[in-house]
Amino acid sequence: MEALILTIIATSIPLLLAATGELLAEKSGILNLGVEGMMLSGAVGALGAVLWLENPYYGIIAGALSGVLMASIFSVFTINFMTNQVATGLGLTIFATGLTGLAGAPLVGKTIPSLPKIEIFLLSDIPLIGSILFKQDFVAYLSIAIIIFISFFLKYSKSGIILRAVGDDHQSAHSVGYPVKKIRWYATCFGGMCAGIGGAYIPLVLTPHWSEGMTAGRGWIALALVVFASWIPWRIIVGALIFGGITIAQLVGQARGWPIPSQLLSMMPYIATIIALTMISGRLSKNNSVVPSSLGKPFFGSQ
Amino acid sequence: MITFIPRDKVSKNWIIIAPILSIVFTIFFGLLIFTFLGYNPLETLYQIFVSPFSRIDRISDILVKACPLIIIGTGLMLCFKSNVWNIGAEGQFIMGALLAGFIALSFPNIETKFFLLITILAGFVGGALWAFIPAILKTKLNVNEILVSLMLVYVAMLFIDFIVRGPLRDPMSFGFPLSKPYPEGALINKIPFPGIGFLGQLHYGILFVFLLVPISWIFVNKTLGGFKINVLGSAPQAAKFAGFKQNSITITVLLLSGGLAGVAGVIEVSANIGQLQPEVSFGYGFTAIIVAFLGRLSPVGILFAGIIIATVKLGADNAQMTMGIPKVVTGLFEGILLFFLLTGETLQKYKIKWSEGK
Repeated sequence: MEALILTIIATSIPLLLAATGELLAEKSGILNLGVEGMMLSGAVGALGAVLWLENPYYGIIAGALSGVLMASIFSVFTINFMTNQVATGLGLTIFATGLTGLAGAPLVGKTIPSLPKIEIFLLSDIPLIGSILFKQDFVAYLSIAIIIFISFFLKYSKSGIILRAVGDDHQSAHSVGYPVKKIRWYATCFGGMCAGIGGAYIPLVLTPHWSEGMTAGRGWIALALVVFASWIPWRIIVGALIFGGITIAQLVGQARGWPIPSQLLSMMPYIATIIALTMISGRLSKNNSVVPSSLGKPFFGSQ
Repeated sequence: MITFIPRDKVSKNWIIIAPILSIVFTIFFGLLIFTFLGYNPLETLYQIFVSPFSRIDRISDILVKACPLIIIGTGLMLCFKSNVWNIGAEGQFIMGALLAGFIALSFPNIETKFFLLITILAGFVGGALWAFIPAILKTKLNVNEILVSLMLVYVAMLFIDFIVRGPLRDPMSFGFPLSKPYPEGALINKIPFPGIGFLGQLHYGILFVFLLVPISWIFVNKTLGGFKINVLGSAPQAAKFAGFKQNSITITVLLLSGGLAGVAGVIEVSANIGQLQPEVSFGYGFTAIIVAFLGRLSPVGILFAGIIIATVKLGADNAQMTMGIPKVVTGLFEGILLFFLLTGETLQKYKIKWSEGK
C-alpha cells in the first residue's frame, strides 16, 4: 500500500511540475502547446548530463536549462515575431521530438543512477505519513515549494498581480506602462524550466534510460491539467494525483492480470483526460472569469 | 531594436517569397544543428534533399509518400482556415483505416474493384466519426478541441493495436500481430506503365489526389461554404454579423478533415500494406499539419508542400540507412520550417523597421 502511494506520487510529479509552469505562462496570456517538447528536452538533457557528470543533481539543472532553451525559442517567435501561439507550440513539440531523437540516439541502452531520497530529520520517522511525505527526493519537495510559491506569487505579490493583468488585458496593461513582452518572456521561460525539470524527473526517477518520445503524452495531459485546475495552482496537485493514480491503476491491473486487454487499460489516462476536460469546460463556459482573457492572443503593441 | 509597422494591405510578394525563404533558412539552421551534433553537414544535405531524386523509381516513391500527406493536409486546411485546431488527424487516419479494414476483411472473397468505393467510404466515415467526438464536445460544451483530438490519437493507436492482436488477428500469422490479407477487391494496385513496368510503388491511389486538389480548390474559392470558412477564419466578427453559424462550420470542417484523414488511411493500407497491422500510420497525421502550413492553407500550395515534405521524409529514410541518423530527425526540419513560415505570415502583415537604441 505504502509502495503504491509512493509510486502514484512519483508518477504525478512530472505532471505537477509541467502543469504549474504552464499555468503561470497561461496566466500571463501565453498558451504554449510545446510542453510535451520541453519535457522531452528536459528528459534528454538530464540523461546526457548525468551520464557525463555522474551526479543525478546535475540532471535537474540540465533539465531546467533544456526546458528554458526550448521556451526561449517559443518566446522569440510568439512574443517578438508575433506568430500564432497554437501553431508555434505544435511546431516546438515537433521540433523537440526530432531534436531529442537525434540527441538521444547515442544514449540508447545506457542507464543512469536514480535521484536519492532525502529523509527529513525526525519527521520521516512518523509511521506511514513519514515515509510518504518526508522521505522524498529533492524534485518532489521542490515541486511542492514551487506550487506554494506560485500560489502566493499570483495572489499576493505585486509582480504576480501585474502578470495577471498582462494576461487578462494586454492592451490596458501596456497603456499603463507595464512591459507586456518582457513579462511574458519571463513567464514562458519559467514554464519551460518547470516542464524541463518535470521531463528530467522521468529518467531520473521513473525509467532510468532513454527511449524516443519517452514522455508519452504527459506534456499534453499537463496542458489539460491546467484547464482541469481552472487556473488555480493547488488544484493541480489534486489533478496530478488523480492522473498518477489512474496511470498506476492501469499498470497494476495489467500486472495482476485483470480480464481487460492491456491496451484498453492503457487508454485510461487519455480517456480520463477527455472526461475531465468535458466536465470542467461545461462549468468554465458559465464562469468565464477564470480564463485569462488575452490567452493565446498575440500582442502587437510596440514596446 | 526592431519594430513592426502594419502594412496597408497584405504583401503579395511575401506570399510567394515567405515559403521559399523559410525553406532556405530551415536548411541553414538544420545543417548548423547537424554540424553541432557531429554529423557531416554536406552528406546529410545530399541524403535528405538530393538522394530522393537520384532515381526515377525514387521520384515515384515521393509521390506515394506525398499522397496521404496531401489528402490529410487538404482536410486540415479547412480546419485551420476556420480557426479550428484539429491536431488529431493521426488518430482519424487510423480509425478510417481500421473501419475500412474491418469491412474489407468481412468479405474475404470479393474481387471487383468497385468494392474499393465502399471501403473508401467506410474510411471516410471512420475518420469522420473519430473527429466528431472533438466536434461535438467543442460545440456543445466548449471543450478544447486541440487536447481532445490529440488524446484520441493515443486512444486510436492503442485501439488498433488491441484489434490487430485480438479480434482481427489472423490465426495463420505465426503469432505476428497481423490481420488476414485483404481480399483482391480491397487492394489498390500499382500502376503499370507500358514498356517500363511499375515505377517504384506508384499506385492508383494517387488519382484520388488529382481529383481532390481541383475539387477542394473549387470548394474553397468558388462556393458559399468555402467563403464562410474564409470569413470565419480571417474576420470572426464579420462572420458573426453575417449570421454564419459558427458551430455548424466547426462541425463540418472537423468531419471533412477527419473523413479525409480516414480516406488517406484506407489508401495507405490498401495500396502499400494490404492487411491491418499495429502501426499503419507513420506520423502522417502530424506531418500533414506542416504540409498544410507550408502550402499556405491553399489546395495547390498543399500539393507542392506535400511533395516537398515527402522528399525530406524519404531523404531521412536514406540518411538513416546510410548514416545512421534517426528517422525522427525530420521533425527537426519540420519544426524549424513551421517557425519560419509563421514568421513569414507576420511579415506579410507587418513591415520591419530597424531603429537605433531602445
